[in-house]
Amino acid sequence: MIPAAFDYHAPASLEEALDLLASHEDAKLLAGGQSLIPMMRFRLAEPGVIVDLGRVDGLAGIVEEEGGLWIGAMTRHADVEASDPVRVRYPLLHDAASVIADPIVRNRGTVAGSLVHADPAGDWGSVMLACRAELEVHGPDGERTVAMDDLFVTTFMTSLSPGEIVTGIRLPPAGERSGGAYEKLERKVGDFATVAVAARLELAGDGTCESAGIALTAVGATNLRAAEAEEALVGAEPDEEAIAGAAKAAAGASNPTADNRGSVEYKRDMVRVLTERALRRAAARARGEA
Amino acid sequence: MAETVPVKVTVNGAEHEARVEPRTLLVHFLRDDLDLTGTHIGCDTTNCGACTVLVDGVPMKSCTMFAVQADGHDLTTVEGLGVDGGGLEPIQQGFHEEHGLQCGFCTPGMMLVGKALLDRNPDPTEADIRKAISGNLCRCTGYQNIVKSIRHAAEQIRTGAAAGAEAGGGAA
Amino acid sequence: MSQATAQDIGGLGHSVRRKEDARFVRGKGRYVDDIKLKGMTYLALVRSPYAHARIGSIDISKAMEVEGVLAVITGADLEEAGLAWMPTLSHDQQMVLATGKVLFQGQEVAAVVAESRAAAADGAAAVRVDYVELPVVVDPHAALGDDAPVLREDRDEKSNHIFHWEAGDREATDAIFDACDVVVSQDMVYQRCHPAPLECCACVADWDPVNEKMTIYMTSQAPHAHRTLFALVAGLPEHKIRIISPDVGGGFGNKVPIYPGYVVSAVASLKLGRPVKWTEERSGNLQSTGFARDYHMHAELAATKDGKIRALRVKTLGDHGAFNAAAQPSKFPAGFYNICSGSYDLENAFVEVDGAYTNKAPGGIAYRCSFRVTEASYLIERTVDVLADEMGLDPAELRKRNFIDPGKFPYDTPLGWTYDSGNYVGAMDRALEMVGYDDLLKEQEEKRARGEIMGVGISSFTEIVGAGPGKQCDIAGIEMFDSCEVRVHPTGKVLARIGVQTQGQGHETTFAQILAEELGIPVGDITVEHGDTDTAPYGLGTYASRSTPVAGAATAVAARKVRAKAQKIAAHLLEVDEADLEWKDYAFRVKGAPDRSKTMQDIAFAAYTNVPEGLEAGLEAVDYYDPPNMTYPFGTYICVVDIDPGTGDWKVRKFVAVDDCGTVINPMVVEGQIHGGLTEGFAISKMQLIDYDENGSITGGNFMEYLIPTAVEAPHWDTDRTVTPSPHHPIGAKGVGESPNVGSPAAFVNAVIDALSPYGVRHIDMPITSDKVWKALRDAGVEG
Repeated sequence: MIPAAFDYHAPASLEEALDLLASHEDAKLLAGGQSLIPMMRFRLAEPGVIVDLGRVDGLAGIVEEEGGLWIGAMTRHADVEASDPVRVRYPLLHDAASVIADPIVRNRGTVAGSLVHADPAGDWGSVMLACRAELEVHGPDGERTVAMDDLFVTTFMTSLSPGEIVTGIRLPPAGERSGGAYEKLERKVGDFATVAVAARLELAGDGTCESAGIALTAVGATNLRAAEAEEALVGAEPDEEAIAGAAKAAAGASNPTADNRGSVEYKRDMVRVLTERALRRAAARARGEA
Repeated sequence: MAETVPVKVTVNGAEHEARVEPRTLLVHFLRDDLDLTGTHIGCDTTNCGACTVLVDGVPMKSCTMFAVQADGHDLTTVEGLGVDGGGLEPIQQGFHEEHGLQCGFCTPGMMLVGKALLDRNPDPTEADIRKAISGNLCRCTGYQNIVKSIRHAAEQIRTGAAAGAEAGGGAA
Repeated sequence: MSQATAQDIGGLGHSVRRKEDARFVRGKGRYVDDIKLKGMTYLALVRSPYAHARIGSIDISKAMEVEGVLAVITGADLEEAGLAWMPTLSHDQQMVLATGKVLFQGQEVAAVVAESRAAAADGAAAVRVDYVELPVVVDPHAALGDDAPVLREDRDEKSNHIFHWEAGDREATDAIFDACDVVVSQDMVYQRCHPAPLECCACVADWDPVNEKMTIYMTSQAPHAHRTLFALVAGLPEHKIRIISPDVGGGFGNKVPIYPGYVVSAVASLKLGRPVKWTEERSGNLQSTGFARDYHMHAELAATKDGKIRALRVKTLGDHGAFNAAAQPSKFPAGFYNICSGSYDLENAFVEVDGAYTNKAPGGIAYRCSFRVTEASYLIERTVDVLADEMGLDPAELRKRNFIDPGKFPYDTPLGWTYDSGNYVGAMDRALEMVGYDDLLKEQEEKRARGEIMGVGISSFTEIVGAGPGKQCDIAGIEMFDSCEVRVHPTGKVLARIGVQTQGQGHETTFAQILAEELGIPVGDITVEHGDTDTAPYGLGTYASRSTPVAGAATAVAARKVRAKAQKIAAHLLEVDEADLEWKDYAFRVKGAPDRSKTMQDIAFAAYTNVPEGLEAGLEAVDYYDPPNMTYPFGTYICVVDIDPGTGDWKVRKFVAVDDCGTVINPMVVEGQIHGGLTEGFAISKMQLIDYDENGSITGGNFMEYLIPTAVEAPHWDTDRTVTPSPHHPIGAKGVGESPNVGSPAAFVNAVIDALSPYGVRHIDMPITSDKVWKALRDAGVEG
């Protein structure tokens, strides 16, 4: 399993990287490479030019700031998993970072690389949808912001243009009474999700939901936001009844296909079961109970 | 064939400079160019971890990195384990004492992951160890003795009674 | 000198740390792909994307243009050399490279040899093959239907039926069934799975044109048998072939057959006069090399009202894929499947098996089991639970009522085997005690009342290993003896060579322990070598748990031959009559005056410096051991599972394994074997499946889909043992490597089914994935 030959560039700056993309039509960005390199080994991908972002400074890191959380595009999954601010204030991210692929892959794979790969079985897509994250994108025409809701077009396809580079991900601040959880059903460590659900809740002073984010992994052509399920929770107290209702709505929003991991019916029901579990944990965390 | 690119890496303390095709996987560079054949290949989908090496102390799958990506980095392979004079360091002793290997094929990756784990967590629980080695597959041991091996190494490091012991025959 | 103890010398029963570790923990193992020879070239295979297709033309021109490509070999090239087909180990033939058509997805179609791995890969990608698709047969039942296309046009018989085989007394068995009060039946599929050793197959073929000698380094569990097969296939004189099986990264049965990659590498080396390395990729390994199982089984038990099982009736269809490449003794087309009467004292039994061709990868090899024994064990242990369910009896109690009584050994089974020794109730009682069976049943009752789902599963298996008596068992005509050659050097150090080949079992240590025990020489002074046909004595190899039963016996007997000569020398040195000496505490001692003694070290020196008149110098012996019978290891496994009613996922909470493999050579190594085999059994029962869609496209052809459990999924194992030595083995050992894979699948499945039995579930086929459990629960109205 040896990739087809390619030309290699390792730009030292973002500008240089953008120039390389602009001047090579068949260029592909290499971030952590944990999806791209296996595809190249099977020759399912045969880019003529690789632009390695590994030497560009300033693309990695986790910064908690006034306006929320900034995660550099080249931040490794393991760095998110190990981050204290993430663990304490963004438990949804911590949950997800702990179950992506396997621990060795997490040491190399990157958050943005995974996001723009746009695999519907990818975990970060659901997490960032649930969190209402935005991507910071640089292109030939300068910088722009892409809302997560606008990122995915279909499987393995995003709305980004070939000349653009994601440099970071911005998350809104996590309020005092916010909580989230990621529930992933996988056949074994290292497997893609059979189904996974990301849930985030922000509670008002009276214990009702001020906002809710719910997104689904591996049950559609892209990661899916379960908008109806979110709406069902806003304004309601996240008790068992409300959670069950939202979970049913989430299941209704899913559009799975059958494979070795299970039937359509199974996966849809797993959306329900996992949404319930994720919401229960998110609510407990928002209340400061866990 | 694409133009070759220069690679300069430190492996097990020794500097190596070479020119490689950009597509050369790090694992092939280590095995074929540097003759460090202790790093193995067991799959083609980044699942098995037999190719695990430490990159700046962090375990990574060398089948899913291009050699050129390692340029300027410090690598440790299984051949870099041990103490001066050919003795075993604690992680190796642990695998020998607790029968943490059978066919030996996953062992280099397992030991390196164990070593990296102990570097950041000197007293891991069984669950910590099982999670840490879950990117590395073993077909022989069922992992139970690998867990014990890493625990053994942790004990050795803590009691400082590690250096120099020799693996080989000899009754228990 | 003070007396040596078994502990000092590392003799039988001691957890001697392994000698082989010294190289492995330093990364100094030497596996085939580690070998680099001067001028070495690399071979890559072109594989078929189709399961059944006529090959129109093969265009190699683009491949030959790739820089570094030296040769492209196709089936047509091999046909010219008479090497397009090779014999399998089951009286069939298999294409080396496809000629005319392909019969399974992943089949080897062409080989590209180049100066580098990358150039070979580029060349393989550039070979253009025109295929014309043909109708595909995936289901073995459909393959035997009248309207199924005949897949194997090369055979005289125009049918997809391979063989019919039966054992036992059909009429007497039918008569019992007709007369019995209780009859249960169960259909079950033991799914296609794959041994998937972590190291894939590989070889380096090195033709030396000057000496006209072919050396092949290869991942082989049976180097000598492979040498003979190479001689027969390629027509090279056998003394001009040397097979070296260096360190092998796991085998589990996968490295018993000869594969096209090996043969075409040898052809390429002959053609180029340069060494050729072929290293298989994981996807190729899973898609084309020996799979295991794929048995579609129907089992029936007949019993009396009070739970005495009287007879077993079995009908089975085996899917062998495109070529019958099952690896088993020639006279046993269904292996030792007729061990399926298991641990039970039955009046009669009847088994019939048919084999079918389909458009799937060829095989039918044993994945960590003696030929078809795990299928047999699963069948009987699963069906006994079905009977227990039918009768409302406790599965442990039902088993105990039907076990062969310990006083009845040697025991003749109705299906033709003679069990050497056993104490089944002893192993079961120990397991029940360890697991706390009565408490578990109470806990289960309470949990069921609360709607919680837990189950307890038992498997009390009996294995048949150690093939085999040569008159019964042969591979390609060669009787399945095995061998050991022992040389004691003048200073009392030992070099031993054995005919079997370790793939992780630790032979270099455990065989040294047998010699240490027999010769009184410390294990550290003994080197055990294997795997090189130029040096090791002929043997049939390591699989079917035969190393200890056969080569282990040869080792003990060879050592005893050495000792017999040593006794003469000791008598000479001590100036006593041979008959006045006894071997005691690892030395020859004068009877009645034990202080007058000679150790083997004393004697070894004399063997080269001071032999008595009439005795030749030297101290060595060789033994080719043909066992009088198989050995029959056994045990009881008990598994406790909890089920998540929401997801259907099941987890092993506790697993107790009590094994009896007779005399234990190295408890540490035995326990390691048990751990590994149990983990494989767990994987089979929960997640492993090589599946094909209706087009014959494999789903499960890489490690993303063919699942190997990690340390997180793998349960914790609690092990113990009873010891019932084999009466016919020189040291009483039976072999153990495969027991846990043979015995455990039924324990996992029985536990899950027990958990689901309140919901009307009596059987679910493996792998029992979460979605299957979920469906059973939802069908029963359980909302998770």
